[in-house]
Amino acid sequence: MNIDWSCRVVEATELAATRGAGTRGERFRPYQRILRAQVRAQLSYRTSFWIDAVSGMTFTAMDLVTVLVLFNVTSVLGGFAFRDAFFMSAIASLSFSLADVIVGSIEQLRLIIRSGQLDSLLVRPLSLLPQLVSIDMQTRRVGRVLEGVAVLGVAAGLVHLRWSAQTVAMIILTPIAGAALFAAIFVMTATVAFWWIDSGEFGSGFTYGGRDFTNYPMTVYGQFFRRVFAIGLGFAFIAYYPALTMLGRADPLGLPDWAGWLSIPIAALACGAAGFVWRTGVRHYRSTGS
Amino acid sequence: MLPSITATAARRPADRSHIHLQTFVVLAKTGFRRYSTYRQATLAGIFTNTVFGFLRCYVMLAVASSAGGTVAGYGGAQLVSYVWVGQGMIATIGIWGDTELGSRIRTGAIVSDLLRPVPPVPAYLAADLGRAAFSLLTRFAAPVAVGAIAFDFYLPRRVATYPLGALSIVLAVIACFGCRYVVNAAAYWLLDGRGPQAAWSLACSVLGGLYFPLRFLPDWLATTLWIATPFPSLLQTPLDVISERSTGANAVGLVALQAVWAVAMVALAAAVQRRGEHRLVVQGG
Repeated sequence: MNIDWSCRVVEATELAATRGAGTRGERFRPYQRILRAQVRAQLSYRTSFWIDAVSGMTFTAMDLVTVLVLFNVTSVLGGFAFRDAFFMSAIASLSFSLADVIVGSIEQLRLIIRSGQLDSLLVRPLSLLPQLVSIDMQTRRVGRVLEGVAVLGVAAGLVHLRWSAQTVAMIILTPIAGAALFAAIFVMTATVAFWWIDSGEFGSGFTYGGRDFTNYPMTVYGQFFRRVFAIGLGFAFIAYYPALTMLGRADPLGLPDWAGWLSIPIAALACGAAGFVWRTGVRHYRSTGS
Repeated sequence: MLPSITATAARRPADRSHIHLQTFVVLAKTGFRRYSTYRQATLAGIFTNTVFGFLRCYVMLAVASSAGGTVAGYGGAQLVSYVWVGQGMIATIGIWGDTELGSRIRTGAIVSDLLRPVPPVPAYLAADLGRAAFSLLTRFAAPVAVGAIAFDFYLPRRVATYPLGALSIVLAVIACFGCRYVVNAAAYWLLDGRGPQAAWSLACSVLGGLYFPLRFLPDWLATTLWIATPFPSLLQTPLDVISERSTGANAVGLVALQAVWAVAMVALAAAVQRRGEHRLVVQGG
């Protein structure tokens, strides 16, 4: 009975979403409205909003400060000097901030499923994922992205990049591909909630864990751990390999020097996988009935 | 309906001046039982703490090895124990704790706490100690065991370290409770507690010693943080005591400082609660 009902709702939603497609502008308008309402709602608690915005920016800075502090007690980390390691951290930090602003709030999914709110989103004639993302988009975190861009600029200056068309293309595309990979990880780990409502902090191990992992050169990690996170989940291609390619350095771990360009196909692959996992999850969804 | 509630709340404070030991123990037991029902979330939490344990451990070991084995007075094995005990402490003291009190204030559910014939701060403290005891058995023990198996882990060599370390953990739980209570109670004034929450989790993880041992900082800065803020008393002190980075009189001094902060933060929580009650306006009906 229950399953029947939720299936019909999903079909109806998809139908409505495709039918209501119309022009591009019309299609995005509802999400823009939701977003604007979000910003207004968040701004209405002014003190809290500003404390949160400032803390958020400081948080982002802290990953980089941590790298600085570590280099206060050592001159080399995993075979890399400060400048090179900082360059990698800056790429990682910007990629993560971008992903976090856009899809970070998806980690609330398990709470939304538990409280039964998901049902009310499913019956609306809009797609589910964009709705989920826009109902709690962390607009106050936009400052972090700007900060990330500035820091990457400084880091690129420190390492004296040899500017060529390739480098320019890469420094622009890398954070975008990195953000796409992080976003895919955010969506995939959140999807776990469709099967496992009490998954708690499980997802953070891969999302925030991934951020911390990419913050350092891959050479510092033990072999097994590196294989799982760096290659298996693709985190090495967010900052480490693109940085090596841009710096013109050989990989101590043995991949060729064009490995940095792999970030784009890997991100695309991850997004495809995330889309597949997400659709499977939504089809699997049964209301908690509350 | 509403006026009668207000009247009842106003009559009660005389009864709320103290809490019986028995009540305290019962509340602590309830806290323990409540958290022991969140089994799957506990497992998920252990998994995540363990992932971060590996991550931080490799980074710290890389720092130690390129700095020639010892860094800021920690040997490699001591850093391993620093990282893994730290991962266990996260849930035990509840750094990122829940925002339950804050949302109870925002929604007005706090009224039912104020109607109870026990003062709210000790009542919440009791429940939090029960929660911490459950976390100690699960979310502390499991990551520490993984760390001890996977790495060259430093076990305390002096007998005195064990009781002192245990005391230090208990004081950290109490101090952290006080801090979290104050942060949550900000909702009496701000309603939306997200801002203070974010500032708090930033301050305690960076200034507490979770991201890196504070001894990696210049001496004057580490000392200032230790004395002037409660944060190092939440993580850095217990971790230094247990990894024997601080021993003897030094360790005792740090734990004494921790005790001062624990008392100060709980007292502050009680004071903030009293002021907050005067601000509280429960809306709706």
